[in-house]
Amino acid sequence: MIPMPRPIFQKYVAPIRAEDYPIGTVAESGVLLSGSADWRRERPVFNADLCTGCLKCYLACPDGAVVREGKKVVLDERFCKGCGICAVECRLKAIRMAAERE
Amino acid sequence: MSGSSKTPISPRSLPEEEFFIGHKACAGCGGSLAVRLALKVTGPRSLVAVPAGCMSAVGFLYPQMSFSCNAIISTFAGTASMLSGMAAGARALGWRDVKVVGFAGDGGTADIGLQALSGAIDRRERILYICYDNEGYMNTGVQKSGLTPPGARTTTTPVGSTMRGSSGPKKNMFEIVAANGIAYAATASVGYPQDYLDKVARAASVDGTAYIQVLSPCPTGWGVPSHETTRIAREAVDCGLWVLGEYADGKHILNRDPGTFAPAAEHLRTQGRFKHLTDEDVARVERDRDEQWKKIRDHWLR
Ligand SMILES: Cc1ncc(C[n+]2csc(CCOP(=O)(O)OP(=O)(O)O)c2C)c(N)n1
Ligand code: SF4
Repeated sequence: MIPMPRPIFQKYVAPIRAEDYPIGTVAESGVLLSGSADWRRERPVFNADLCTGCLKCYLACPDGAVVREGKKVVLDERFCKGCGICAVECRLKAIRMAAERE
Repeated sequence: MSGSSKTPISPRSLPEEEFFIGHKACAGCGGSLAVRLALKVTGPRSLVAVPAGCMSAVGFLYPQMSFSCNAIISTFAGTASMLSGMAAGARALGWRDVKVVGFAGDGGTADIGLQALSGAIDRRERILYICYDNEGYMNTGVQKSGLTPPGARTTTTPVGSTMRGSSGPKKNMFEIVAANGIAYAATASVGYPQDYLDKVARAASVDGTAYIQVLSPCPTGWGVPSHETTRIAREAVDCGLWVLGEYADGKHILNRDPGTFAPAAEHLRTQGRFKHLTDEDVARVERDRDEQWKKIRDHWLR
């Protein structure tokens, strides 16, 4: 479970009147927000046993895809582009990059 | 310094909300990390201006907007003037708890946006200007800017028989804003996020204009794998090629002295833009670095 609050995604409905135009973060229009990003060829796998919750990966993720949960972190797959920075930053090797389609 | 706090920001105390999310920056984009981290500090009541450049191109894909705080695109040259207007607007509305913050690339800062920034500093606008320095005009396809370092290959400074990458020096924006008499300025690196977060916090509480220049590698333009962004940004500091400093109350402060520098040759040549550098080229880079560090070590406070 992703802890809240996260951005609120609104369903995009084609506007008819000016006030129908969406304000704020909206889903649907892009690949990134609909399920796992199409850009990703690899995805980080977190080993909670090795993670000490130092949050180095959290501070290094350009996409806000690493989410704090309790003392550890979890991945918000919707936003991960598979850049692999988190795996480089983790000194304890608690993050490994795995092929997206294994 | 200027009444701002020196208590470090704890990563756990940062808000859970993401204020820059779902953007379409390339995987591993350092600029987007710089924006994301800064907004974690300045928070939901940030009023953001972003000029033409990658961060506006990837952040405002209407109707899928990536900023969950107030944000607007400014003209390419007008980041600091738009921030000034936003600060005036907030004053007029009696909004006292907002942070007015801009994110501009190096081209938008050191070249076309310089006069607006200088004017804002002169008027002592209470704004925070963050330059995410990826050392080139990336959004238009990697052209040389005033902050492109010597030797770097860009599409306008190619490597061939008559040209060997960018020839001029990198403009010293940090000294330029200091010479303008700015209230607070700092250099940072996305490879040292704690240092960067602390500087954003300090800058946001300064009574006057604040400027932060944060080294933000661009995997696409630099020719490095996407997972290298933060490591390269850290290594640049460890090699002495990027200085972590501050300017406050009229004084220069050195935040980190690596002592002996990590070897520059390997750091440079793992980047596609520097692959062509000869041993002689690298020696020149190291000579320039050592000269700069001599001045810093002699004159800056620790
Ligand atoms: C007045 C004006 N000139 C040129 C452009 C075209 N343009 C858009 S983005 C860009 C490059 C921006 O480079 P930089 O400021 O370094 O930011 P980056 O793309 O690296 O994030 C240029 C030249 C423009 N939008 N407006
Ligand atoms: S081109 Fe560079 S600066 Fe622009 S989004 Fe991609 S990685 Fe970021």
